[in-house]
Amino acid sequence: MTDVILETRGLTKHYGGVHALTEANFTLRRGEHVAIMGDNGAGKSTFVRQITGVEMPTRGQILFDGVEHSFTSPIEAREAGIETVFQTLALADDLDVPSNLFLGREKIRFNLGPFSILDKRAMREATLAALQKTGVKIPNLMNTIRNMSGGQRQCVAIARTAAFRSKLVIMDEPTAALGVQETAQVENIIRTLKQAGEPLILVSHNMRQVFDLVDRIVVFRRGRIVADLRKQDTDGQDVVAYITGAKTGADFQGAA
Amino acid sequence: MAKTSHGVGGLAYDAKKRTRPPELNVLAALVLIILAFEVLGRLFLGDSFLFNTRDNVNTLFNEQRLQIIILQVAIVGIIALGVTQVIISGGIDLSSGSIVGLTAMVTMSFAQVAMVNGNPNPKAIFGPGWMDLPVIVPVAVGLSLGLAAGLINGLLIAYTRIPPFIATLGMMVAARGAAKWWSKGNPISFPTDAYAAIGKGMMPVVIFVCLAVLFHLIMTQTKYGRHCYAIGSNEAAARMSGINVTGHKVLVYTIAGALAALAAIVLSSKNLTAQAGMGVMYELDAIAMAVIGGISLQGGRGSIIGTCLGALIFGVIISGFTFLKLDAYYQEMVKGVIIVGAVVLDQWRQNMPGRG
Ligand SMILES: Nc1ncnc2c1ncn2[C@@H]1O[C@H](COP(=O)(O)OP(=O)(O)OP(=O)(O)O)[C@@H](O)[C@H]1O
Ligand SMILES: [Mg+2]
Repeated sequence: MTDVILETRGLTKHYGGVHALTEANFTLRRGEHVAIMGDNGAGKSTFVRQITGVEMPTRGQILFDGVEHSFTSPIEAREAGIETVFQTLALADDLDVPSNLFLGREKIRFNLGPFSILDKRAMREATLAALQKTGVKIPNLMNTIRNMSGGQRQCVAIARTAAFRSKLVIMDEPTAALGVQETAQVENIIRTLKQAGEPLILVSHNMRQVFDLVDRIVVFRRGRIVADLRKQDTDGQDVVAYITGAKTGADFQGAA
Repeated sequence: MAKTSHGVGGLAYDAKKRTRPPELNVLAALVLIILAFEVLGRLFLGDSFLFNTRDNVNTLFNEQRLQIIILQVAIVGIIALGVTQVIISGGIDLSSGSIVGLTAMVTMSFAQVAMVNGNPNPKAIFGPGWMDLPVIVPVAVGLSLGLAAGLINGLLIAYTRIPPFIATLGMMVAARGAAKWWSKGNPISFPTDAYAAIGKGMMPVVIFVCLAVLFHLIMTQTKYGRHCYAIGSNEAAARMSGINVTGHKVLVYTIAGALAALAAIVLSSKNLTAQAGMGVMYELDAIAMAVIGGISLQGGRGSIIGTCLGALIFGVIISGFTFLKLDAYYQEMVKGVIIVGAVVLDQWRQNMPGRG
């Protein structure tokens, strides 16, 4: 068992001519919480999509839990133990809360291939447990997601990661749409993960939040990782300098 | 405490104010339409639409009319079941009517008797070795053909990303052409007794009801149904959640094709003949039944129960117009108005804040 839970080597993604991600070398140790920061379009979500099997990287390696993986679907990444809250939330508006929590991995009573019979009661109970665990408040589980507030939707997406045992949690801007209280709640969930020793990648634009929660900050700029800073060695101004390009990757390499 | 209970997280939650299932609205519309015909009938004809007014039979309702209402929508209803799962998963199928035509022609060719009243079958398509076949043969041929046509639709839509409207439009034109080519436009008749039994009497209704129950269970109780709704409400989310969207779409259209073929078998059996023009406009009637039944053309919403109610509304309107001795032209026009009305209602429902 290695100390490193996730490592990427030379991870690159091109969309046609767009170089959204270039040669990303990233490491995450067990129990560590790392923030990914960077301007809009810096490639943060692209990076997340490559390591969660949503897309296949143009080139580069992904090592998870000591094994090289090339996930061809989000299911594979999940089965390996990566739970993700996507920026787009990936919720089905017309389904209720339990259906969304178990979307793509429904509990079943009889296995009949695609026509397997759903175990609705078990999913409902597991949903209640997951919501309790995360302290998420939702008045009626049987409501469709469409009728919920932005914060409640976000909470459902986060509870989805809590309903399953995982080795790594990734959250892409989980508090972007949330009010003060809901943000605090999500941050509490993240602290609980930290106490439980579960590693986390947090994509966020919120400097205060990042300095409150994580151990290390990785800065993306124009598809490249330009800085990898331990929290105690840096401050907000320094991070902003890397985000805006006032300080460059070369400065960082020189300093290290 | 009697009124509000507490939901997850202790938020007040009034169980009575749960969002009303849209099927109730459709049911209400059905009742209203029946009432309207009843009132109009009593006012203008002095006759009842719904109740028995003859002395020679001792029943409360006009059972003959009720039977006709269901019988005349049962066959298109079978198609509508397939169309419903297509629309719920975010697609559309315009090819079902033409698949009916093609399947009816081919299936009937395998269902013919060799001798009619002591003479060789005047409409024979194949040689003598291919006549008087056991009923399983035409049924299997028909279903395979429908499956194949649906499979082509599904593969086109899932793999080439051609919009469903275009892919199934192509199939609609091509299958109709194939239906005409099959016997150079000649009707095909004289099926075996066993084949003729499939669609005899109220059999179409029996088949429709069994399939409706089956598909209701599939849509509400199985992974397949759940994934239909998921893909229809947010395809990207379904993909990210690991649902095999491509495979699912292939399956959805294949099943729709099989149901259209089944409708063709029942229809040709009931009519004892097949013609290349069979099933023209059925795809639109089926879509209309679904839409009237509250299936959202945006995908993600609706139910088999809704479609069945939509089919009943359809049947009631046709019977009602006949009952009032109104021209068939009016029927078509009113049908058009109702379809547009149902879609407008759907849009309006969606734009209402805080409601689905
Ligand atoms: N599917 C795609 N096809 C083409 N270009 C894409 C695609 N997805 C992302 N991009 C481009 O890749 C770049 C990086 O996008 P990405 O979504 O990773 O940014 P981000 O850092 O997550 O930004 P934000 O903070 O706004 O979420 C952008 O220029 C974007 O336009
Ligand atoms: Mg992003």
